[in-house]
Amino acid sequence: MHQAEDWTKLLVEVIAAATARLPEDVTAAIRRGRSQEAAGSLAAMALDAILKNADLACSERAPMCQDTGVPIFWIHHPASLSTGMLVHACAEAVRRATAQKLLRENAVDTLTGRNTGNGSAPGIPSVHCEEWDRQETKVELLLKGGGCENVSTQYSLPDSKLGADRNLEGARRVILDAVHQAQGKGCGPGILGVCLGGDRGTGYHEAKRQLMRRLDDKNPVPELDALERRLFDEANQLGIGPMGFGGKTTVLGVKIGTLGRLPASYFVSIAYLCWAARRATAVVSAKGDVTWPS
Amino acid sequence: MAKLNLPCDEATIRALRVGEEALLSGRMITGRDAAHHWLVGGFREEVAPYLAGSVIYHCGPVVRKNPDGSYAFVAAGPTTSTREEPYQAEVIGRYGVRGVIGKGGMLDKTRKGLVEHSAVYLHAVGGTAQSLARAVVRVERVFKLEEFGVPEAMWVIEVKDFPTVVTMDAHGASLHETIARGSRAVLDKLLGQ
Ligand code: SF4
Repeated sequence: MHQAEDWTKLLVEVIAAATARLPEDVTAAIRRGRSQEAAGSLAAMALDAILKNADLACSERAPMCQDTGVPIFWIHHPASLSTGMLVHACAEAVRRATAQKLLRENAVDTLTGRNTGNGSAPGIPSVHCEEWDRQETKVELLLKGGGCENVSTQYSLPDSKLGADRNLEGARRVILDAVHQAQGKGCGPGILGVCLGGDRGTGYHEAKRQLMRRLDDKNPVPELDALERRLFDEANQLGIGPMGFGGKTTVLGVKIGTLGRLPASYFVSIAYLCWAARRATAVVSAKGDVTWPS
Repeated sequence: MAKLNLPCDEATIRALRVGEEALLSGRMITGRDAAHHWLVGGFREEVAPYLAGSVIYHCGPVVRKNPDGSYAFVAAGPTTSTREEPYQAEVIGRYGVRGVIGKGGMLDKTRKGLVEHSAVYLHAVGGTAQSLARAVVRVERVFKLEEFGVPEAMWVIEVKDFPTVVTMDAHGASLHETIARGSRAVLDKLLGQ
């Protein structure tokens, strides 16, 4: 596949998969949460509504949420493919998907306040291409909604109000604070993508990158794995529940990565993702065969 | 579970209590940031009849235009309501609105406005845009489509059994406040403070 048109078509398919189909690990996590909520509670009602909606979206191949978010693409490709071509194909795919109502007209000119009407604008979609040594191309997409983006947050440690020093315990304290601050506003139950370190820009980017991990994976770094598990457990003790209605299912997962940092800075960046965790991955072989790993 | 037919009167709204589920049927109108800003900028005669006694839905839908020129909602879940916090109480008072539907709840200014004007805040399940679009049985007309764009335009819609939860009532109670306080206490304990 070398033609921009072929790539555009494939990218529209990736968008269609992400917007309509909730990954099975996410559905499983929601079901697990549902089984722990009291019968007749608002939490149970909300999780049932979420599961029913996921089924409808999937069978209708329609957007599960009307806020189809900022499309964030990560593409790993061989040297033989042009980055510029791929970047253009991503933007064109977003415009086509918008015309097909797979995405909402979701891009606004910040100065004029006018909707561009075609889903794209400078910075939207957000595309990150990286060359690698393999022959195949891997396309990953996250549709990152606005409501949950608005409750994403960044802490600069130390934070004396929260008693947070520059260590994992400090990170734990600010992450729990972030979940409390978010309450139900990010369409919880949410998934936390976290980056320790980096600068204010790279930190958020890595935090979002963490959101591409499967919920049932295991962090290869033992101390981060332990922190993820502990935070999952503790966040779910807060009683915020789905939509902030109260209940045991406040987060579906916590995923933590690290970047190097300057001696002067210690950022904890927290990307909150709503339950509508719309991620999709496609791998295109050198011959052009497409597979869809989950 | 309460059933609410729109437009409705003050007594019906005052009977609703926090934590109760409410199914809405009848005519309502969507409105978000641009709409609220516009509604407080003057008295907007053309939309006033659609607001009186009814509810505003904080929603920026995905909309399809049918070959016959009519519209249909493709995806229509609630959007974050706090963005309308500066305007909401005034809009409710000026136009005689009986409620708003959104997500995430609203703050003190709105809470006071709900008490003063006998109105409620109804929470829809965020992200359930397919189910909720199905509860929209008809798109009657649209205001400000050109100027505001599809998500921000004011869509007059007819709904049937549209599911919501009362999270702020006309008596000053707020589920959001209760949950925030409860989770604060747990947080303090977890942080050993
Ligand atoms: S936060 Fe997520 S589920 Fe909620 S409205 Fe936004 S995109 Fe949809």
